[in-house]
Amino acid sequence: MSAVSRRDWLLSDAPRTRCQARLGALYQGWLTFRANRLAMLGLVILILLIGMAILAPWIAPQSPFAQDLANRLQPPSAAHWLGTDALGRDILSRLIHGSRITLFIVGTVALIAPVIGLFIGTVAGFAGGWVDQVLMRITDIFLAFPKLILALAFVAALGPSIGNAVLALALTAWPPYARLARAETLTIRNADFIAAARLQGAGRLRLLVRHIWPLCVSSLIVRVALDMAGIILSAAGLGFLGLGAQPPMPEWGAMISDGRAYILDFWWVAAMPGIAIFTVSMAFNLLGDGLRDVLDPKGDKS
Amino acid sequence: MSATDTTGAGGTSSGANRPDPDPTGRRALRRRRARSVAGTLLSLALTLVGLLLVTFIIGRVMPIDPVLKVVGDRATQAQYDAAYVAMGLDRPLVVQFVTYIGDVLTGDFGRSISTGQPVAQDIARVFPATVELATLGTLIGVLIGVPLGVIAAARRGGIIDQVARVVALVGYSMPIFWLGLMGLLIFYGMLGWVGGPGRQGIIYDGMVPDVTGMILVDSLLAGDWAAFQDAFSHIILPASLLGYYSLAYISRMTRSFMLEQLSAEYVITARVKGMSEGAVIWRHAFRNIAIPLVTVIALSFGSLLEGSVLTEIIFSWPGLGSYITRALLSGDMNAVLGGTVVIGVCFVVLNLFSDILYRVLDPRSK
Amino acid sequence: MTIRLTTRALLLASALGLAPAAWAETPADTLVVAHTIDDIISLDPAQSFEFAGNDVNNNTYDRLVDFDPLNPEAGFQPSLAESWEVSEDGTSITFTLRDGVTFHSGNPVRAEDAAWSLQRAVKLDKTPAFILTQFGFTADNVEEMITADGNQLTLTLDKPYAPSFVLNSLTGNIASVVDKETVLANEQDGDLGNGWLSTNEAGSGAYELAAWRPNEQVQLTAFEDYWQGAPEMKRVIVRNVAESSAQRLLLEQGDIDVARNLTPTDVDSISAAEGVKIEDEPRGRILYMGLNQKDELLSNPAVIEAMKHLVDYEGITGSFLKGQFVTHQSFLPLGYLGVLEEQPWTYDVEKARQILTDAGIDGGTITTRVRDLREYVDVAQALQASMAQVGLTLNIEQMTGAQVLDAYRAREVPIFLGEWGPDYSDPNTNAATFAYNPDNSDEANAVGLLAWRNAYAVPEEMNEATVAATLEQDTEKRAQMYKDIQRQYQAEAPIVPLFQRIEQVAMRDNVQDWWSGGAVTSVIYRQVTKGE
Repeated sequence: MSAVSRRDWLLSDAPRTRCQARLGALYQGWLTFRANRLAMLGLVILILLIGMAILAPWIAPQSPFAQDLANRLQPPSAAHWLGTDALGRDILSRLIHGSRITLFIVGTVALIAPVIGLFIGTVAGFAGGWVDQVLMRITDIFLAFPKLILALAFVAALGPSIGNAVLALALTAWPPYARLARAETLTIRNADFIAAARLQGAGRLRLLVRHIWPLCVSSLIVRVALDMAGIILSAAGLGFLGLGAQPPMPEWGAMISDGRAYILDFWWVAAMPGIAIFTVSMAFNLLGDGLRDVLDPKGDKS
Repeated sequence: MSATDTTGAGGTSSGANRPDPDPTGRRALRRRRARSVAGTLLSLALTLVGLLLVTFIIGRVMPIDPVLKVVGDRATQAQYDAAYVAMGLDRPLVVQFVTYIGDVLTGDFGRSISTGQPVAQDIARVFPATVELATLGTLIGVLIGVPLGVIAAARRGGIIDQVARVVALVGYSMPIFWLGLMGLLIFYGMLGWVGGPGRQGIIYDGMVPDVTGMILVDSLLAGDWAAFQDAFSHIILPASLLGYYSLAYISRMTRSFMLEQLSAEYVITARVKGMSEGAVIWRHAFRNIAIPLVTVIALSFGSLLEGSVLTEIIFSWPGLGSYITRALLSGDMNAVLGGTVVIGVCFVVLNLFSDILYRVLDPRSK
Repeated sequence: MTIRLTTRALLLASALGLAPAAWAETPADTLVVAHTIDDIISLDPAQSFEFAGNDVNNNTYDRLVDFDPLNPEAGFQPSLAESWEVSEDGTSITFTLRDGVTFHSGNPVRAEDAAWSLQRAVKLDKTPAFILTQFGFTADNVEEMITADGNQLTLTLDKPYAPSFVLNSLTGNIASVVDKETVLANEQDGDLGNGWLSTNEAGSGAYELAAWRPNEQVQLTAFEDYWQGAPEMKRVIVRNVAESSAQRLLLEQGDIDVARNLTPTDVDSISAAEGVKIEDEPRGRILYMGLNQKDELLSNPAVIEAMKHLVDYEGITGSFLKGQFVTHQSFLPLGYLGVLEEQPWTYDVEKARQILTDAGIDGGTITTRVRDLREYVDVAQALQASMAQVGLTLNIEQMTGAQVLDAYRAREVPIFLGEWGPDYSDPNTNAATFAYNPDNSDEANAVGLLAWRNAYAVPEEMNEATVAATLEQDTEKRAQMYKDIQRQYQAEAPIVPLFQRIEQVAMRDNVQDWWSGGAVTSVIYRQVTKGE
């Protein structure tokens, strides 16, 4: 099959199989996405980031932990492209290794929070009655809490570590997903196909898992993509307050925090991780913007 | 569906330090509340009590020992035990919680162990500082964000739209603590254009009689122009920073609302009738987005109130966010609980406010 | 309130028409200090035990004996007590009080006030009370042991303590003389005025407390009737500025006169700035490494010995602690009687490796908790890196001071890295905590003793030597006794003193005679002047 005909096949107005239709829809989405140059830029940056994280030990010029007190706070140079920090460690190497931590945090939170939200939201919406009342009241309570302070409290309670920081962020990030999922569930709940499935004898659990969840997922994905940058920034905020990754882990927020003592004379120590955080969260925002155009046609297309 | 519900938020995510850009949840919350006033009040009370309960439990499971903060490093075990009993920590948790709720209802938030003063008095001191900062931040966000959003929608795809989009995306992507540090370095350290960390120049401290606790207001009330200038030079940088985040959110939301209105039939009709573009945009479309816009602004204000922790820390701003954070890290639970109640009440009041506004102003909801 | 309004009127009059930017410097009669003062929880001298709180009380109260800020080497000097006499058997000291001194309230300072102040501190039994109760005072006997008669005050001790030990202890904040009548007038529910004094002041010191806003600032105003003459600085404002960079910017811009918490790099840069000078002052705080003897690995003498060689003393004091700490390997700080300046250990990874190999130790992992202060975390990371070279893995958990302290008092910190500040100006203050631990069992719960916290079973003869040193009447001999104890300590103790704190105070050029209190006490403002 030639390239042209594959394209035709994908874009066919009359797909012959379900598979062809699904692939075709995906391809359509890809075309829309690809047309958005900024979103593509975001995607490229993220692919580079993932590559950097995977290859970190091979591409980092030095160990991220190797100290050299004699060569501390050196400005960017040929030996240290991004300079060295207060303990003489190579900032570039630390940034490269730090990308793993960033991806770990974002990835884990982005997996946990929507799942909690999806579960609570759909159960509340589907069950209705007092279950709905109780679950939504709990969601309200968490929504009314100042987020960073709640995360701080959790980390303080659980002890500072990267794992607990992830948990705390996930625990503070789920309420909006729950609301979204519940709203979606309420609109689907009385749809004909649900009634049909129910008539066929599908149990409540099966209805929830097989019919309701799949329909909520796409709006959740958009929301997650748009939330990624926020998660990165919150994680960096925790790291900045010393409650995220523990030394000597090169977490970017903690690196800024380290660098702020030197910000007046050695700007690069704080600036480099700052730029890294900015670039990555920008990339996630661009990607999210593009994804929304594809997945959520109701939304604001630009 | 109401106008607020059909729009997607522009380039959004939920950072800790900026407006929750997609208040889907809060909107849904509001919708449900519209059902009955009594039910609303009841659920608000329940939310607050739940909020307190969660905070209370966190405080009790936290491995930070409040007694130690009071007695200090060198205390003997006997002195420690005496303080433990004096603080009422030997009573069962349930008793402690019920006593606390009872006290709060009579306006007694207890005494903070990290400042040694009544929590109510502490909050009366720090909250105005946060309100002042958040208000000015929101003001900046509205004054720039709204026109920017409207123009971006009117000239969709044009240069201003592109600029607005980039401005918003950058705003959503920048770590606020980093931007704050850099801002302080450049505008205070290098250029000397603005005042340094803190709310006032030190020699102005305590000069203006305390009326509202908001120095900008108090200095105007006292007619002290120099103190006002000084306070303004200190607040402008952190407020601009918060204002930028608020601007990013408000401009995107404004743009969304406008786009929706501009594609509505009545706009097309107006255009066909030959109405000028300016009139269409400002007299018709903009007037129609006023209600959802006010809601968005209220939410943005609310999240600046609760979300300025890092900004306050960087600018040595003695506000509520840094007060709660500090209290949390020293196990000062009375202070944390008091601060959380205040923020919870703000959240609830702002929601109620947009609820009422919505019902009063939106003809469709009648 | 009246004070504020009048100063305000004055300032306004002089500032008329000037924009804030025109304030190139602070007013000539006002001293503005940036410091971290968020640790103040009470200003009651019987309770306050935090650095910033003592900084305030040292200026608002006088004691029977005090230091002379212009001649600190002279040691304690007559203050509210004009003279004193030690009884033949050394078990009682009688003070004669100075005439004509008044409290801020206008009440005269009487021997009765001084006696009541000490009795009050013992009865309240707050944390610093041990400084007095170590002489045998208890809530039950204190009214017989501390008595006032006319203008004389007599302390009766349970043992013939070294007079220098007793008098040094009386320079402590806890021995501040409070205005009995004023305090009793504000007593609530028999609290001896503790609640009121927490936020107010009733002293006779050179400054009156004008305002304290927690976590924000402390304002002091000059006491015009001070018995040593009114201080030149009419107002002292101490503002809480947590960030070093912020303090530095404020100082460079001339918005403050003194910055007390600059990091080494900021000190380096600002020392080149025009109109700013740096004064170094050794303080009493010792940064030490406590190796918990409950930890199996760390209780091995070979590991203890090796650890002493794994600290890069020169590298650390030459880089991130530069100027703020000097290497100091004994537990009495410079400036104290009996200080030992010998430094037996050097950074030597090879030697450490050899010691471990000889002992058959080829690795191990330790997880410890470190307070989230820049200095401590950096020292911990440097240690982490050098331990890794000999196969020892150190995991660091950063925590707040309160959390680390909590664990430390529960004997749960394997390697403690942090500072110890002396409580009073006598060598016993450190000896009694580093080198004294009569009962090392968990049940003893001697949470105040560093040796106990590290589960270090101090050898019996060292316990005895520490006690004996407090009773030695001859000061020369006493100094020698402390040197001997410290030598033995260096040889065997698992608590390893590393560095002594140097306070680098950055100030505007015109600030004269600043004194942070040296190794022995807190800051004193009354002698400070601002020239041209």
